[in-house]
Amino acid sequence: MKPKYFAIPYVVWMAIFVVAPIIFVIVFAFTTPDGYPTLQNFAAMGRFTNIFIRSFWLAFVATAICILIGYPIAYILSREGPRLQKLMLMLIILPMWMNFLLRTYAWMSILENTGLLNRFLSFVGLPTLNIINTPTAVVIGMVYNFLPFMILPIYSVIVKIDQSLYEAAQDLGANNVTVFRKVVFPVSLPGVLSGVMMVFVPAVSTFVITQLLGGGMVMMLGDLIEMHFLGTAYNPQLGSAIALVMMFVVIIFMYLVNRFGGEEKVVTA
Amino acid sequence: MKKKILSAVLLCTILLALLAGCADSSGEPEDTIFVHNWGYFIDRDVLRIFEEEYGIRVNYQEFVNNETLYSALNLGGMRADVIIPSDYMIARMIDEDMLYELNFDNIPNYALIDPRFRGLDFDPDNRFSVAYKVGTVGLIYNSAMIPYEITSWSALFDERFAGQILMFDNPRDAFAIALKYLGYDINTTNEDEIYRAFELLVEQRGILQAYVMDQIFDKLESGEAWIGPYYAPDFLTMHGNNPDLRFVRPVEGTNFFVDAMVIPRGAENRTAAEKFINFMSRTDIALMNMSWSYYASANYEAAAIFAAELSPMEREVVFVGDEDYAKTEVFLHLPPHILELYDRLWVQLRG
Repeated sequence: MKPKYFAIPYVVWMAIFVVAPIIFVIVFAFTTPDGYPTLQNFAAMGRFTNIFIRSFWLAFVATAICILIGYPIAYILSREGPRLQKLMLMLIILPMWMNFLLRTYAWMSILENTGLLNRFLSFVGLPTLNIINTPTAVVIGMVYNFLPFMILPIYSVIVKIDQSLYEAAQDLGANNVTVFRKVVFPVSLPGVLSGVMMVFVPAVSTFVITQLLGGGMVMMLGDLIEMHFLGTAYNPQLGSAIALVMMFVVIIFMYLVNRFGGEEKVVTA
Repeated sequence: MKKKILSAVLLCTILLALLAGCADSSGEPEDTIFVHNWGYFIDRDVLRIFEEEYGIRVNYQEFVNNETLYSALNLGGMRADVIIPSDYMIARMIDEDMLYELNFDNIPNYALIDPRFRGLDFDPDNRFSVAYKVGTVGLIYNSAMIPYEITSWSALFDERFAGQILMFDNPRDAFAIALKYLGYDINTTNEDEIYRAFELLVEQRGILQAYVMDQIFDKLESGEAWIGPYYAPDFLTMHGNNPDLRFVRPVEGTNFFVDAMVIPRGAENRTAAEKFINFMSRTDIALMNMSWSYYASANYEAAAIFAAELSPMEREVVFVGDEDYAKTEVFLHLPPHILELYDRLWVQLRG
């Protein structure tokens, strides 16, 4: 048997669970509830402008914070001894073994006005913070949940950088900062780009986090789409149209990121 | 060449998947019925008793809300013999010809259903449905934080409680409260009245802590929030965890909800489905389900027995007295343009 035939189960899987649903979404987006072709669903898009802007803005902020926190962690991690590396990787992955909802619920009881954080603050005599039910809480929830998806791709690229590259740069007179700027960072860029993709895309369409940590006061695209499929505003046609427009904007965004992100091809998961 | 094979496989699978959406599931034994109910509202032992007594297997599934059930039925590919949606959804299904009429000769226990819960507005001639559980929405507040008696929906719009108020995270329940407070019908199709309710909700947003559904349990129990509306029987769960909580049915009146058993078109086993509906209406079975969920049964015998076991406070929450009942309204299916208005205003309020 030729090795390529081993791909058949995967192709079948993709066809059923990726391609077919996208076809459904496209068909729904361009039809009325009675099944006639229409562009009506897209005409209604204007009133969702606020939600679109907020979703992309919050996803952008969350992704930026993930890079700022995730990159140094990935870099430091890759410079450590193998035993410590294994342990720390384990600690990064460990929370992902727990249910996503449960972890987000835990953040709710940390951030609430009467929650752990504020009880601690008032215990040590500091003023309490009003974080829950604000966009800040939603961003915290997203950063917490998606951070491993930023660290892991960056780490896996940096850890594979040949040690002799560092030595060569140093031999040519580069100090540590220059080595990082001219060697490590450019080589690690594909890792950052796949990290961006793996954080930004789920962040844009987040919905449970906004309900638990945003208290329903910070509506995002995920909520809007869910509302039209499973909520009282049952309208899968409009929901599909929103999802399609969102996918379109995300694809454009990703294209731009890749264009400006350097020559290297992005390694997607 | 290989690429062509792969694309062919891809194409065939997609076609099959699309076709599968249209085909119906068959091959189940004839003595099985498919029941879809809300999560939580049944004592599972009841199903085993039914299976033993009638020799009919029950394939029991739960849905999250009326709309999910509706969309699953509409998309097809789901087998259902008995479903238990709520009032306004039943009205919609009757409107859209999605239900079979019941043969009440097969449902003698219908005689045990409280006459107050027969022929309600969502099924005026009572041809399609048998009421299963009933209850109201009410106001729940923390008496440690709010040291005086609350009697009106006005508390949800009171600036003294700014930052401590919770509200329903679904348009129909949220608008119903605003409409009731303003003295309008909760099923109004007068757009001016709906707009006035909307303005009230916009104003309320400024003093609101959060829009919630299930999270209300945690937030009221822990004292994170002081006041919020919810379904009455759930108050008993909250009260068990925080005895400071109080329940009230506001003087303006409130929503009365009914979940009823119906048989959707396409049901393959109508006789067995009617047997199941009859069985669920039986007093001992209704009593089992009621003790499990604390939601009042529509069977008056069972309700009377259960009421006698409750404390006066619990009785007040689970059952509605005649005076309060007179002030309640049941949700009806609204015309499409009003539903669309609701959706638009809700997104505007929340977005």
